[in-house]
Amino acid sequence: MLIPQKRLKAIGFGLLSPDVIRKISVGSIITPDTYEEDGTPIDTGPMSLRLGTIDPTQRCKTCGNRVGQCPGHFGHIELAKPVIHVGFVKVIHQLLQATCQKCGRLLIPQKEISKVRRLMKQKPRLWAIIGQKYILKMMKKAMKALECPHCGEHQNKVRLEKPTTFYEKVKGGERKITPDVIRARLEKITDEDYELMGFDPKVSRPEWMVLTVLPVPPVTVRPSITLESGLRSEDDLTHKIVDIIRINERLKEQIDMGAPMAIIEELWDLLQYHVTTYFDNEVSGIPPARHRSGRVLRTLAQRLKGKEGRFRSSLSGKRVDFSARTVISPDPNLSINEVGVPIDVAKILTVPERVTPWNIDELRELVMRGPYEHPGANYIIRPDGRRIDLRYVKDRKATADALAPGYIVERHIRDGDIALFNRQPSLHRMSIMAHKVKVLPYKTFRLNLCVCPPYNADFDGDEMNLHIPQSEEARAEALTLMLVEQQILSPRYGGPIIGGTQDYILGAFLLSQKNTFLTEQEVERLLFIANKSEMPKPAILKPKKMWTGKQVISALLPEGLNYTLKASACRKCKECKKLDCPYDAYVVVSDGKLLAGTIDKKAIGAGEPESLFHRIVKDFGLQVGSWFLDNVFKVFLTYAFMHGFSMNLDDEELPPEALEAINSKLREAEAKVDELIAKYKRGELEQLPGKTLEETLESMIHEVLSNARDDVGKIAMQYLKPTSQALMMARSGSRGSILNLTQMAAAVGQQTVRGERILRGYFERSLPHFKRGDLGAAARGFVYSSFKRGLSPLEFFFHAMGGREGLVDTAVRTSQSGYMQRRLINAMQDIHIEYDGTVRTADGKIVQLKYGEDGVDPSKSDHGKAVNIEKTIEKVLGVAVLE
Amino acid sequence: MKGKKKLTLEELKKKIHEYEEELPKSIIRELEEKLSKIINRLTMSDVEKILSEITRQYKESIVEPGEAVGTVSAQSIGEPGTQMTLRTFHFAGVRELNVTLGLPRLIEILDAKRTPSTPLMRIELDEKAKKDRAKAEELARKIQHVTIENVTNSVSIDFGQQIILLQLDEELMRDKRVTPDMVLNALSKHKIGTVEDFREREIETPDGKVKKVIEVVIAAPENIEAVKLIKLRQKILNIKLKGIKGLRRVVVKEVKRGEESYYYLEVEGSNLQGILSNLDELEGIDPTKVMTNNINEIASVLGIEAARNAIINEMMNVLREQGLDVDVRHIMLVADLMTMTGRVRQIGRHGISGEKYSVLARAAFEVTTKHLLEAGVKGEEDPLAGVIENVVVGQLVPLGSGMVELRVRHGGGE
Repeated sequence: MLIPQKRLKAIGFGLLSPDVIRKISVGSIITPDTYEEDGTPIDTGPMSLRLGTIDPTQRCKTCGNRVGQCPGHFGHIELAKPVIHVGFVKVIHQLLQATCQKCGRLLIPQKEISKVRRLMKQKPRLWAIIGQKYILKMMKKAMKALECPHCGEHQNKVRLEKPTTFYEKVKGGERKITPDVIRARLEKITDEDYELMGFDPKVSRPEWMVLTVLPVPPVTVRPSITLESGLRSEDDLTHKIVDIIRINERLKEQIDMGAPMAIIEELWDLLQYHVTTYFDNEVSGIPPARHRSGRVLRTLAQRLKGKEGRFRSSLSGKRVDFSARTVISPDPNLSINEVGVPIDVAKILTVPERVTPWNIDELRELVMRGPYEHPGANYIIRPDGRRIDLRYVKDRKATADALAPGYIVERHIRDGDIALFNRQPSLHRMSIMAHKVKVLPYKTFRLNLCVCPPYNADFDGDEMNLHIPQSEEARAEALTLMLVEQQILSPRYGGPIIGGTQDYILGAFLLSQKNTFLTEQEVERLLFIANKSEMPKPAILKPKKMWTGKQVISALLPEGLNYTLKASACRKCKECKKLDCPYDAYVVVSDGKLLAGTIDKKAIGAGEPESLFHRIVKDFGLQVGSWFLDNVFKVFLTYAFMHGFSMNLDDEELPPEALEAINSKLREAEAKVDELIAKYKRGELEQLPGKTLEETLESMIHEVLSNARDDVGKIAMQYLKPTSQALMMARSGSRGSILNLTQMAAAVGQQTVRGERILRGYFERSLPHFKRGDLGAAARGFVYSSFKRGLSPLEFFFHAMGGREGLVDTAVRTSQSGYMQRRLINAMQDIHIEYDGTVRTADGKIVQLKYGEDGVDPSKSDHGKAVNIEKTIEKVLGVAVLE
Repeated sequence: MKGKKKLTLEELKKKIHEYEEELPKSIIRELEEKLSKIINRLTMSDVEKILSEITRQYKESIVEPGEAVGTVSAQSIGEPGTQMTLRTFHFAGVRELNVTLGLPRLIEILDAKRTPSTPLMRIELDEKAKKDRAKAEELARKIQHVTIENVTNSVSIDFGQQIILLQLDEELMRDKRVTPDMVLNALSKHKIGTVEDFREREIETPDGKVKKVIEVVIAAPENIEAVKLIKLRQKILNIKLKGIKGLRRVVVKEVKRGEESYYYLEVEGSNLQGILSNLDELEGIDPTKVMTNNINEIASVLGIEAARNAIINEMMNVLREQGLDVDVRHIMLVADLMTMTGRVRQIGRHGISGEKYSVLARAAFEVTTKHLLEAGVKGEEDPLAGVIENVVVGQLVPLGSGMVELRVRHGGGE
């Protein structure tokens, strides 16, 4: 489909002159009422049919079209007296001050004016850079002038009283300048001077900023709505226009009657008020115009502004068809590149497919199946553009037979179609990825667990959106650029963002343990899942053939993989024993064989750069990476099922001697705290530089208590059963941390609010259960109990205080970081790489000559490095030479 | 490697430098370092193989034209911002100076605020002074800003006699190395009236101890109003005795490196100009290792390139401290964008977004009406070159695959 496209090249902005307003107007609007008693719009009123129609039964009186076709037409109001446009008061004020009140020239000597004009005309490129500042300086000078250098007239100071009234200082006081006088003055400004002040006389004249004619927007812009009761409710803008017309007509009458100046001026001010609020109803200094009910009206400026305004909501935000949304749930049997789509959804979302001789039979069948049976079709578009809705076709057989090349069938989506899958908040590009559709029963979208990290999804009720690209180009682009597989490596740090989580890590951890031995059957089952049929040689032959877990993993790793890593079980010993690591934390893979080490979070976890999985993706490509995720990870999961895993209360059980040790540690800490307090009270505490005595005490107590919690944790870790399932989860990195275990088994520790021990609530004490001024550990929120033992009521309360702060903090700061993100995106979205390799903004300014100083794309880099030199040397020389 | 010619270091370097035009400096440097270590196991053909393989890999990893690097950078910095909020579990332990970190600091940097909420300097000492604690402490005292207020016990005003009475604390003066003469000199330099009396006295503190103080009686200029007298008191208290303005507190810090320990100064408050322009008085300071977290100050004292580096360092520090992994290239781009005009511009309405050429882009961000009205009088034209403008008018965005303006003529002929 190569349709020649028209493309907007630019949009120009300017002001409407009174003449233009009259020219584009279909008629003067003079009646301050909307409808006749019989309900027909008044022809000279603001709902006139000449302005277009919003009523499906009516035709527009100007163009004769009906609702969808008629674009709407402008009308106008001839204002009895000119009024000032609020948006331009600042500009008008400047112009009045900078130009002569008599001759209208810029208050700068002619010589200088000529000089600047020459600069502007002869060096336009230089002017484009320095012009703004130059003009500002000149304007400042002009506004200070007391006398016109052209005609010698004395200049009165002009004062602006917000929002729209101007006064000038004359001898003996101030005089109001009426808008018609202002207009007359602005008219005298020459085009040359106007241009010099940074304006464009071709599109705007200063006097146009004082309105004599007001355009009335078409009714399509301000549709009225009919309530259920049959009453019509008009748009806010219509209300405002009615107000303006009413006052305008009154003013006209009074002028014609030759009414006294005071009455005219009062009405004039009222007209100014209505016109002002018509443009902007949030002008400071005047009360906002209200609806009869007391609601503040939403006028022109309010329609454009802010998050719900025209720009951000309607123009930058687009609505789309061919989309679906429902709850998500996990399915480890899907590929990472797939998404499970409920059959009900699949019957509604469609893909347009053009009929060709090669697919005509297939499409006929789909048409025959119709819209209610799954692989069917919903619409047919005939070559003449007519749509046939298959829901209402009686004889689908005939319709199917009528298909011929050139027809388009909108068929149901089916397995293998491309869909875009998205979860809000869309914080990075991995929040929208392309998946291949897999139509499944039930009502939820299903996705592989490995793609949870990029979406930041879980299954506690999360919903996600699905979009079906409709054009061939869109599908091709989605498939090559947005497919999950293509997004495995994050551009944020050049590592895999997709990878194992929770059970995957646990399964791999269990499988790679030194004491994991598997029977023939078990090995076969595991290898079958990854489609491997070759059995490795058993590690043990007698009494029974047995294989180690590491052998199974080795069978699944790609050949030629060489890799070493310190697993997350690594205790960071002073001297690494490497292969003899007592914790089996030194992972070695040689030519695709796992020789030593435990596979855990560091090796296959999501968001872990330089992991085993990262190495596989980098060395063997994204496709092998995605194969690994689809197959090998499933083996890990299966092993976790086979092994069985559960956590219980006994996992945190400590023997009595451990509890005693913990207790004495805590008492010790308490004693230390008491001693510090005593020292402080005796005035013997040494002040830390830059802190008051109280602060010193606080930070020292804090340190003592936090050390106590750490020590207690260490004791607990020593005594915890090595078979403790909770410990295994923490060690492997699959879920929970050592800190969590400490808090469950030993002691919860200090609770803080704003980084300090708890002191709020009562005068000099946290709760009425303590003495005033009690600085001890318990009185300020130290929790001695463990979660397992249970917290005392007081401790529970302190813990709740700390917990609440956490919640509030999250809520407050998500909005902050959201705004930061919006600003960053807005400032940077136009920056791109040009064909010459430079980094430029939208208007072609160079930001960097070479992106990131070396021109390397972080998502193609190896954790930030352009090339992994060591790896390459090893690869070329064939041996590990660097160590 | 018998039989093969041994490679000399020069030969190796020469070979590597043949690739200077194709490879970035960082890779060349790393190659030199790594290959020279194993030089005796290499042959010329090995080196060639390695170099050509690395060149191939490098070329594969280069960014493609059209890539929306700006958006990617913004996302890469913004996305971890949401995670930062969740990681409030952070024990600082005993810290002597408090520093703004985390999300607030990140926002502060992007805002290009004139002064950070916690200005901080880190001053390192030269090789000689580094190991000498006494020297470090001396320097610390030298640069710390001391005003009369810092050594004063109490001040009182006698409105009747129009006298201001200062009570200087001997102990504080000794600690800050301030002599009574210094105070007198400082007082006489400023126009604040005449010193009438200057006497030593012993007073009793509330807890019953005896303390030595120096009383200074200052007579205000004649017939001064009461309000002005109060102002005068503040003026006297703010008189500088010694040190560098803005450096409120100086702490000597120790780093242990093996057996030896090194000392450096950490300063609350920041005055780069003050330090760098008084170097001859401040012997022992290593001027190349004087750092501040005030980016605007760096821009005005050391120039815009230094400010760019400061932005990169500060942002990387914040992210690293939070344990977040973000590629430097993203941060470099932000820093370059902020500094490309020669001044430090804010990411936002008063900086980059407000100075965009496109009317629609500005209107779509913040203060919509102002930009539209201004565009009207000035007769601006929006060339629809950016992303948001084209979204607004409903056209293909000129980035990535949308940037391509060529079309293939199908079938070859007309």
